Amino acid sequence: MAERFSSVQEVVDRLRSVDYLSDTGIAGVVYLADRLEKPILVEGPAGVGKTELAKAVAAVTGSRLIRLQCYEGLDESKALYEWNYKKQLLRIQADREHETDWAVVESDIFSESFLLTRPLLEAIRCEEPIVLLIDEVDRVEVETEALLLEVLSDFQVSIPELGTIVGKQRPIVILTSNNTRELSEALKRRCLYLHIDYPELEREKEIVRVRVPEIDEALAEQIAQVVRSLRSLDIKKAPSISETIDWARTLLLLGHGAVDQEVIADTLHVLLKYQGDIAKAKKELVTEGKSILRGTESGKTL
Amino acid sequence: MAFNAAKMSDALTRNKIEVPSGIGDGVLLDVFQGFVHELRAAGLPVSMTENLDAMRAVEIVPLSDRESLREVLAATLVKHFRHRSAFDTVFDVYFALHSGGVNPEEDAGRGEVGDAEENGGVPGQQGSGGSGEGVSNEEIAEMLLAALMSMDRDQLRELAAMAVSRFAGMEPGRPVGGTYYLYRTLRQLDYEALTGRMMQRAAEQVLDGETDSPDAPESLEARFQREEYEARLREFRDLVEAEIRKRLVADRGVEAMARTLRKPLPEDVDFMHASREEMAQLQKAIEPLTRALAARLAQRRKHRNRGQLDFRATVRHSLSYGGVPAEPRFKNPRVSKPEIMVVADISGSVASFARFTLQFVYAMAGQFSKVRSWVFIDGIDEVTNFFAESDEISEAIHRVNTEADVVWVDGHSDYGHAFEVFHDRHLSEVTSKTSIILLGDARNNYHASQAWVLKELRQKARRLFWLNPEPRGYWDTGDSIVSDYGVHCDGTYECRNLRQLERFVTAVIEA
Repeated sequence: MAERFSSVQEVVDRLRSVDYLSDTGIAGVVYLADRLEKPILVEGPAGVGKTELAKAVAAVTGSRLIRLQCYEGLDESKALYEWNYKKQLLRIQADREHETDWAVVESDIFSESFLLTRPLLEAIRCEEPIVLLIDEVDRVEVETEALLLEVLSDFQVSIPELGTIVGKQRPIVILTSNNTRELSEALKRRCLYLHIDYPELEREKEIVRVRVPEIDEALAEQIAQVVRSLRSLDIKKAPSISETIDWARTLLLLGHGAVDQEVIADTLHVLLKYQGDIAKAKKELVTEGKSILRGTESGKTL
Repeated sequence: MAFNAAKMSDALTRNKIEVPSGIGDGVLLDVFQGFVHELRAAGLPVSMTENLDAMRAVEIVPLSDRESLREVLAATLVKHFRHRSAFDTVFDVYFALHSGGVNPEEDAGRGEVGDAEENGGVPGQQGSGGSGEGVSNEEIAEMLLAALMSMDRDQLRELAAMAVSRFAGMEPGRPVGGTYYLYRTLRQLDYEALTGRMMQRAAEQVLDGETDSPDAPESLEARFQREEYEARLREFRDLVEAEIRKRLVADRGVEAMARTLRKPLPEDVDFMHASREEMAQLQKAIEPLTRALAARLAQRRKHRNRGQLDFRATVRHSLSYGGVPAEPRFKNPRVSKPEIMVVADISGSVASFARFTLQFVYAMAGQFSKVRSWVFIDGIDEVTNFFAESDEISEAIHRVNTEADVVWVDGHSDYGHAFEVFHDRHLSEVTSKTSIILLGDARNNYHASQAWVLKELRQKARRLFWLNPEPRGYWDTGDSIVSDYGVHCDGTYECRNLRQLERFVTAVIEA
């Protein structure tokens, strides 16, 4: 089928047009996934835009996004397909008076009209262009991972009663993982690997400006600096990009034109979610200033 | 294999990607395969499929620059973020980049050490970068400062090359690692003091000479400025490192160079011989590892064995199938979590091992009903409270190292005495639910072993394990008496790196 992108630069530009700022790493892998027809496995800390990437790719390619949210205990019947037992029972009961031949009933209740499609099967049977997002794949058990393998490598599903259903297209498939456990080798082998980390200062600043357009450049710069400073501290949960954006919005709403110590102290809870982290950050970033004040005051009295 | 060597060779030369030794069709494939081979030698699990994917990918993506080649190869070959730095090192060696324009002289002289010697000890680099004759050391320092202030990347690259030529004192064929040259270069540039000088320069520009006294605590702006400058300096340091590596590759050849740079992956770093840098890496790796392990174990525990049939739930559920109990429902099994006692030798030789193991066990504390810990050298002291009182494990470890009372006579390991005291004070607290983990190399300085203590402990405890950070081959040599203790244990394990530690903890929890 026709390729979606003609160059890496085009991926960057088009993602940018939907307000997703990528870099050569991200765009390169998306481009490669399109050409090699392989799924992308995206890993990285929470809130760096893994899910956003899938949404952005869907938006620029004009595809429908089909999302399979993974959770502990997810199984075939929730991910792939399920037979509609209740409807099947009804069909059998309704048939009692007619005494139809059993073979006919059997072939009837295992036909497509009794099949409940779940996201993976839906993605395979879909006619229009799609992007398949398998979110937080690290939450399913190792055994359940196996049911993804056939979909990932050949984009097809085998249903015992119906045979193998082969996808009509090769969509872009994106899997995300928060790294709560090691994924199996078999899964990793089938995917291209992309690790998204916290962005550099410049890129973070750009992201803030794109996502919160009302903000002025100086403030965006300060925001990025504070966030970088916080990430360099030894804390439990470093602020994510989404939290940075939330913080930028908060500052705007509160009408702060610049970041100073007081503002940080008052709004730090938007960026950090653990009490211990907040206390530590305050100690590092805020009280220092007070001692400066004291220093200059004592300097004056001398 | 669908691999078009000619096409790729063309793509590579067009884009200034330097391929070591003569560029030819077959050779190029060899280079890529050598690259993959080296990755495997460095411990990265690269499968055949991934190898083929990489070759396909290299053909498909137009190699507009070296960075996209790097990303393409990384995406297909490296499937774990912890392995990325190892990959980058190998990549930098195999695909070294020409700085600035291609220098024909440099190409001609490649691989000939004699030629490099004629050039004054530095292979290549007679062109733009040069060694900058006629420029004094002070001028270089001044130029560097200026370039860092304005963050002129081209200028920085040139200065890095110049600094390496002048200060590293590289000699062809000398078997010294890159770190040595890096250290020499940076020392000459007074690297450590550069942040301070940049801060000073910035202050001068803004305030026209009026500056805070240097020992005043820094303001928010100053902090950001310092962090910015530190980031720039790190970038410069990387440039210098790349420059040195490039020259070493030219001198010694790719394969030899890759071999010397080969470092163990974080999970394979030996606890007893970790450098300070590796320690920091281990520290970082331990937290996600425990989180992952805890998640996996919790899942498995939940799904391993189902409880009894839940009759009520089954009947209720059967209503949706018209009264047919099609899907039986089960009660959740009751989980019994083990109780753990850790007794660790923290004498010099095995201190870092004990530290990591304690850290690991406490990070997993949620998986146990209770964790208690003791540390000893020749005296023994309980440190459970340190962990209970501190919010963070690292803080607790620090207190263990500074506050625990572990010296009895001379501060040399005496396992026998430590065990005896443990027996007297705590034997009554050991129950049939307790698993005891003993940590140490069992190098007892020829004191009495008092192995009977372990025998008694094992009779009372659920299980008794010994973890030894030494390679198995060293056990029972010299003053090591692992076997004396080992006969009384349920298991003795070699535990030299994170991988082995993880495997052990899994086994303890699952059993």
